[in-house]
Amino acid sequence: MYAYDEIDRTLVNERVSEFRDQVKRRLSGELTEDEFKILRLQNGVYLQLHAYMFRVAIPYGTLATNQLRALAHVARKYDRGYGHFTTRQNIQFNWIKLAELPDALADLAKVGIHAMQTSGNNMRNVTSDQWAGVAPGEIEDPRIWSELIRQHTTLHPEFSFLPRKFKIAITASDHDRAAIKIHDIGLRLIKNEKGETGFEVLVGGGLGRTPFIAKTIKHFVHGRDILSYIEAILRVYNQYGRRDNIYKARIKILVHELGIEKFSREVEDEWQQIRNSSLQIDDEVIEDIRSRFTYPAYEKLPHMPDELRQAAADPDFEAWRKNSVAPHKVQGYSIVTISLKPTGGPPGDATAEQMDALADLADKYSFGEIRVGHEQNLALPHVAKRDLPALWKALDKLGLATPNVNLITDIIACPGLDYCSLANARSIPIAQELTRRFANHELANLIGRLHINISGCINACGHHHVGHIGILGVEKNGEEVYQITIGGRADENAALGTLIGPGVKFDEVADVVEDIVEAYLALRERPEELFMDTVKRLGVEPFKERVYATR
Amino acid sequence: MTSPLEQKKIKIAGPSVVTANRTWDGIVVYRTAAKGWSADLSEAAIVRNSDEAKALLAEAVADDVGAIGPYIAPVQVGEDGEIVPGNLREQIRRTGVTIGQPAQV
Repeated sequence: MYAYDEIDRTLVNERVSEFRDQVKRRLSGELTEDEFKILRLQNGVYLQLHAYMFRVAIPYGTLATNQLRALAHVARKYDRGYGHFTTRQNIQFNWIKLAELPDALADLAKVGIHAMQTSGNNMRNVTSDQWAGVAPGEIEDPRIWSELIRQHTTLHPEFSFLPRKFKIAITASDHDRAAIKIHDIGLRLIKNEKGETGFEVLVGGGLGRTPFIAKTIKHFVHGRDILSYIEAILRVYNQYGRRDNIYKARIKILVHELGIEKFSREVEDEWQQIRNSSLQIDDEVIEDIRSRFTYPAYEKLPHMPDELRQAAADPDFEAWRKNSVAPHKVQGYSIVTISLKPTGGPPGDATAEQMDALADLADKYSFGEIRVGHEQNLALPHVAKRDLPALWKALDKLGLATPNVNLITDIIACPGLDYCSLANARSIPIAQELTRRFANHELANLIGRLHINISGCINACGHHHVGHIGILGVEKNGEEVYQITIGGRADENAALGTLIGPGVKFDEVADVVEDIVEAYLALRERPEELFMDTVKRLGVEPFKERVYATR
Repeated sequence: MTSPLEQKKIKIAGPSVVTANRTWDGIVVYRTAAKGWSADLSEAAIVRNSDEAKALLAEAVADDVGAIGPYIAPVQVGEDGEIVPGNLREQIRRTGVTIGQPAQV
């Protein structure tokens, strides 16, 4: 966990007071909506179809149990009893009243939570690997650097009125769980040949209307220079970014239009002017941040405790363990992913009761810590293996033990037309139907790792471009139509999916996915060949033929 | 920011209403003939040509404190006078999400 200092606490509390005054002036008519809109957006407040939506930041996906309880409290007191975890380590409340928002913010501020820069054309929540600090083989905890960047960019005047929103993600593992290649800046923590910590810096990734996979702009930037290098990128973006056209305003368009070579030269020129300035980070600064991250006092525990050996006889436990439990850097411990994808449920939603109960379980079994991943699931990062059977039973009672992590029903979906004012088509009912179609966990395990991503419009909040199977809802002649892509991925080998053919109607989407899956099962050379391997080996044609042969 | 009235030429293809979200709580509201807002679509003022639509929208835009983001939305009016939303988006805005909400399931 990270312990905020007095500066952070003051900042968060002052922000609440400031926003309370802004809301008061808006409701009295002193501020018009045009004047107020930018202020509310800077505090995570959108207007959706039915109500205001309130997006709260969970920096680098780390939550303490008192913070999760505070989120449950907000869901219960100010909303409709649930929250929605997003693809960028935020939580959204869909039914909040503007008049009550200052009180909700004040309640969250008591536990160090805020909504600053969760929307608007500024630096958004810096995201990271939800397994940060506990993943085996990690270079070092990427949250230390996430926190450094968070501190530097929060309310930074130069980054508060960018051409468009700006997102940074950081990973420190070979396997990228933070989707850094679809971010404006992606940072991969590495060591150079001298053993010094630094970053491979990628730039210009993003999805939406014009998707791009990020390109490497610099293979190694020393850790002490990372703020100046990021600032150099942002200065070039601030100078040349297209403020005249919202559809061309993201940095990915600038990088594409200038070309990565020219863009990197511009950044290099800027960087040389500022790298030896006060932006260079002293070791003491990093050490101070590092010292504020506390880690559990792990016990010395056996690799295979008796409790786990005995529980292995229960096939239901084993089904859950196989998909939800991952190795930990400390022997005798595990990382447990909590699926927020129950059969028939909206992906990423958790009720206030579930949040409260999960906080209790985290206190009991995970040293009081919870993580939030971009796949819209939660995780308990420090669970002793001996406690896994008891934890599983408790999670099962809460409806939080669906054994589908990384399987076909572990679907990422945006809120879609059920909530979102930008959406053209519904996403959640498609996800719900797919979880029912593939509810048989034996079948889902037989299929193996397969990620479905659903977006209800071209803005791609459900990351459909990088789904193994991607589903994009559009509107055509007043009807919801869905375009299907396959072959996308969001990890270290990130790629954009390929459209397989004409869009299909709402009622046909689940049938099409079934066809794709049946084709895969028939085409794979062996059970270990994953869906993505088959697509890579054969291309999209066999799947296209299967889907459209009878349509 | 460009006013909704200036964004594009207002054309309507059939009966329409002006809808928005109430400022203090965000709920869906409809402009009434009594120059107010109602959460009940049956109380909405119906406009049937572009001039009427433009006038109703102008009146709604002027009430910035009452509701935000006003726009013209299509409706269908039955023989019995019942007003129903003219597309899926407006149907969802009127009746709520098409999925069960987690806290209610």
